Order: sequence, then C-alpha cells, then structure tokens
Amino acid sequence: MDLALEIKVATRPWAAAGFLLVAGLALPQTRNLLEQSLVGHMLIQLPLLCAAGWWGSVALGKRLAGLSDFAPAFVLTALFATIFWMLPRWLDAALTEPLVEALKFVTVPLFVGAPLGLAWAQLGTVVRGFIWANAISMLMILGWLYLAAPARVCNNYLLEQQETFGWAALAAALGISLYWTLLALFGSWNR
Amino acid sequence: MTRDKALSAAAIVAAGLAVLWLATDGLAAFTAEGARRLAVKRQPKPLPAVEFVDHNAKRFSFDDYRGRIVLVEFIYSRCGDICLVLGDSFERIRAALPPDTAPDRVQLLSISFDQTDGPDDLTSYAERFHADGHAWRIVRPVEAKDIAILLKTFGVTVIADGFGGFQHNAAVHLIDERGRLARIYGFSPPAAILERLWTWL
Repeated sequence: MDLALEIKVATRPWAAAGFLLVAGLALPQTRNLLEQSLVGHMLIQLPLLCAAGWWGSVALGKRLAGLSDFAPAFVLTALFATIFWMLPRWLDAALTEPLVEALKFVTVPLFVGAPLGLAWAQLGTVVRGFIWANAISMLMILGWLYLAAPARVCNNYLLEQQETFGWAALAAALGISLYWTLLALFGSWNR
Repeated sequence: MTRDKALSAAAIVAAGLAVLWLATDGLAAFTAEGARRLAVKRQPKPLPAVEFVDHNAKRFSFDDYRGRIVLVEFIYSRCGDICLVLGDSFERIRAALPPDTAPDRVQLLSISFDQTDGPDDLTSYAERFHADGHAWRIVRPVEAKDIAILLKTFGVTVIADGFGGFQHNAAVHLIDERGRLARIYGFSPPAAILERLWTWL
C-alpha cells in the first residue's frame, strides 16, 4: 500500500465519525433533548459539534501538514466563531430561526472544531497551554456573568436554567483546571 | 513565510471583527431583547390586523386607535411576579398623564397571551390594577391563533416556567399614531415612556 492510500484509510474513520456525530446531533430528538436546557445547548451540544469538526479535520490535517504558517489564522478563526456563538441573541435565534440553527450546525464544526484541530498539530506546548488557560478563564467569566445577570439573557431559557448554566460553567472550568493541575504535578508531561 | 503567517492572521482578525460588528448591530445589541428594541427603533414595524375583546366584552382592533399613542404590555392573568411590576408601571403611567386629554390621546392595553384567560380572568386582573376599561383595557385576541402572530410580530417569547405559569420578555411597547410598533421600553422605571408621552401630548 502506498503512503497516500494508507493515510486515506487511516483517517477515513475519523472523518466518518465526525459526520456521524453531526448527523446524530441534528436528529430532532437529540436536538430537542439538548436544546431544552442552556447547559445541554452550550456545554454539551456546542462542544460535541466542535469535536465533530475536529475529527473531520484529522482527515484533512495530514494533507495540510505543510501549511503550518496558517496555524495562527486557524486559531483566530476558531476564537471569533466561538465568540459569535456565545452571543445570546444568536443562540436564541438558533432556537427560533431554522436557518440560524442550520448555520450553527455547519459553522461550529467547520469554523471552530476543524480549524482548531488543524492548528493543534502545529502548535507547541506553550501555545497549547496558553489556549487552555484562556478557555478556562473564559468559561469562568461566562459562568460568573450568567450567575450575576439579573434578567434573562436568552428569551428561550428560564432564569433558573441560566443560573444552573452559570454553576455548570464554573464547575466545568474548575474540573478542567483540576485535571491540568493534577497532570502538571503528577503526570508525565515532561517526557 | 512569516509574512503569510502575519497576513493570514490579520485577514482573519479583520473578517472576525467585521462579522462580530454586524452580528451585534455595531456592538449595540447582544441579546435577542436588545436586538428587537433596536430594530423597531430604527424601523417602526407595521402590525397585523387582529381583533381583540376587552374585559367588558367590547371588540376593537389596533386600527381603531390611529392618531393615538398606544402602550401595549403582554400579560397573563395568573402571573405573580413580572406582571405585577408591569401592571404597576401602567398604573403609574396612567396616574402621571393629564386626566383630561390622556384618554383621547394615549391608550393603555394589557394583552393576555394565555389562551385559558376568559372574561372573568381579564376582569379580575383589571380590578387588581384599577384598569378603568377606557383609557386602560385588559384584552385578549378574539381568535386564539392570533396570539402566536402577535407574539411573533412584537418579538415576545413566552415559555412555560414548569409551575403552570410562564416567563416572557417583559417590556412596554409603544405603537405610534400611524399604528406602527415604534419603540420598546424597559418596563421599570416608566420615566422614559412618560417623557416621550409628555413631549407628544
């Protein structure tokens, strides 16, 4: 087997898994289940869509290995797309406008997960750590904001759900920090 | 090669900022509520022809109020929290307007979006907040199907609160003398609304 074919065969399952994940999340039942709550929508559905894009990018990644110059552009793409979907009005719109919902299912894998996956392989440990640290603090600020908001931020979610999301975001941020702390202290990170 | 790196990153930053600028109406609206307030302020919105019935069983439509300013709030009669504030702010607005001219020029409408609200429910709500039935009417659409049309046009989202009640984005909606939804105000305090009414009266 020549190399190109080998790569193709090896990466195909990842791409297929990505597509399957998006398709599974797009099923009406899954959508209803996850979008019922703010936690399900923001902390489960969006990260899973992101993961699907990441997996899909594995298939492309090997072919784009020479394009390491674009790693910063990829990370920035993911950053802006993430900020966009953190805007309450667009999350709200995804629930009321089918077109925006479709946009979410396309852009989160394509503009958040995939570019991040493509860039990740090119990034050094320091930059990866930097991205993790920023993600953790962003999540914490987000949780804090939602806990402090006196009124509903999203028209489609109850005030209580908003509060639950605030706590869940803080918990997730703490969980990730704890993981990294343990890994830093006891892990074999310096291999 | 480093040039490509910098250029591509700069291009993404420019594109990303442009998208975020557009997506927030120039950093002016981050929530759906902010977006709908900004949208009607920039472009007043025509309203659908809906027939209402008030707590005295009288029928009317928005068109009957051409030439007046109509203030609209959405309520449901069993509401215990936000509607109390809404009802209270309507009561204060009404009390602050000149009693002789106001009823002919400013109309207050509390529209129920709860299909189960019957005439008795509207009446008891009216009594609770001393709505007189003329300058301030408690109403519901005659046809239940018009509720969804109204909510969609006004941009009001109503969701069940899990305790048999509802949560909804509460605000005071101002319909101008040409019958268009022209402004949406935070319901408390009503100072901004009163200022607008006084300059108009």
